[in-house]
Amino acid sequence: MNHRILIFILSSLLPLSFTSSAQVREVKFNTIDSLLHLSPDMPVVINFWATWCKPCVQELPYFEELHKNYSASGVKVVMVSLDFKRELESRLKPFVQKNNMASEVLLLNEPDYNSWINRVDSSWSGAIPATVIISKGKKEFFEKEFSSYAELENSLKLHIHSLKKSN
Amino acid sequence: MKTTFASLGILLCSFLFIAATPDGAYAPGSKATDFKLKNIDGKMVSLSDYKDAKGFIVTFTCNHCPFSKAYEDRIIALHNKYSKLGYPVVAINSNDKSIAPDDSYEGMIERAKEKSFPFVYLYDESQEIAKTYGATRTPHMYLLKKDGKNLEVKYVGAIDDNSDDASAVTKKYLENALDEVIEGKEVTTNSTKAIGCTIKWKGTK
Repeated sequence: MNHRILIFILSSLLPLSFTSSAQVREVKFNTIDSLLHLSPDMPVVINFWATWCKPCVQELPYFEELHKNYSASGVKVVMVSLDFKRELESRLKPFVQKNNMASEVLLLNEPDYNSWINRVDSSWSGAIPATVIISKGKKEFFEKEFSSYAELENSLKLHIHSLKKSN
Repeated sequence: MKTTFASLGILLCSFLFIAATPDGAYAPGSKATDFKLKNIDGKMVSLSDYKDAKGFIVTFTCNHCPFSKAYEDRIIALHNKYSKLGYPVVAINSNDKSIAPDDSYEGMIERAKEKSFPFVYLYDESQEIAKTYGATRTPHMYLLKKDGKNLEVKYVGAIDDNSDDASAVTKKYLENALDEVIEGKEVTTNSTKAIGCTIKWKGTK
């Protein structure tokens, strides 16, 4: 069952992988909510960011590296942009292209932030960057900037290890 | 056994409480502290200077953040509407200029001039006030009501439900809270969350 949901959601994201890197899909919160309710066999890493957010842009390469190193083993990295919708063409797409972003990039167009921030995590104040790692039966939330690739990778590894143990 | 459950319950409750208000951040019902901060005209300003005010719309904001910029006109409109009713805007910039150079004191003077801010724009250089209030992002709004010598927090959070497009706003969270406070009613929605730029704390990247 979980597999089917995962395949459904991931396949809906798939077209992005085969088109140019500047493809950004605009989504509503229900797409993010589906990701948050997965119980995947390999972790899904969701990062909330924006092009104008300096600390977000600083940690972005770590997520790209994570995608590069772990996508083959089934880890999914989803970059959820909170850029303004009116800047999708003028700012977000050029940014994604310029930085050759290979991870999935979604533009979350859901301006009533108060209606969904607590659904990501009740402890989240709304400041970005913020990251969620989801694996089978486990959700971990980070309201912070990762200071290095190693720190992000270690967080992911903990999820992978606990998944391996439970299998 | 019962004691274990009870203490577990207390532990859980205190954890939940901490989770909801990190670092003792102000929440509705908190007593807010006054401050003495430098305005863009060089004068020191305290809330106690406003003898006739009934309360304040305290906003943690800054010059560079796109969300702060998107809300500038709406904050000006709030001040123009509510200062007459006893609730002026008091804007505070707490960002560390070594991380966000645009948010220097000089940058504040420039931005206030460009936008003709009708309210005070104060520099919280030590970041103490942002820390005390528990502000985490910009803009981050606190509606305070005077109660004798005390200042009670009546609302914490966002201005409304659409930072991108003022014409598409459907829920004016802060204005609703203001109207309810002015009418002497309980505030229906006294806390909201919003996406925002982080406050740039000293010693971080």
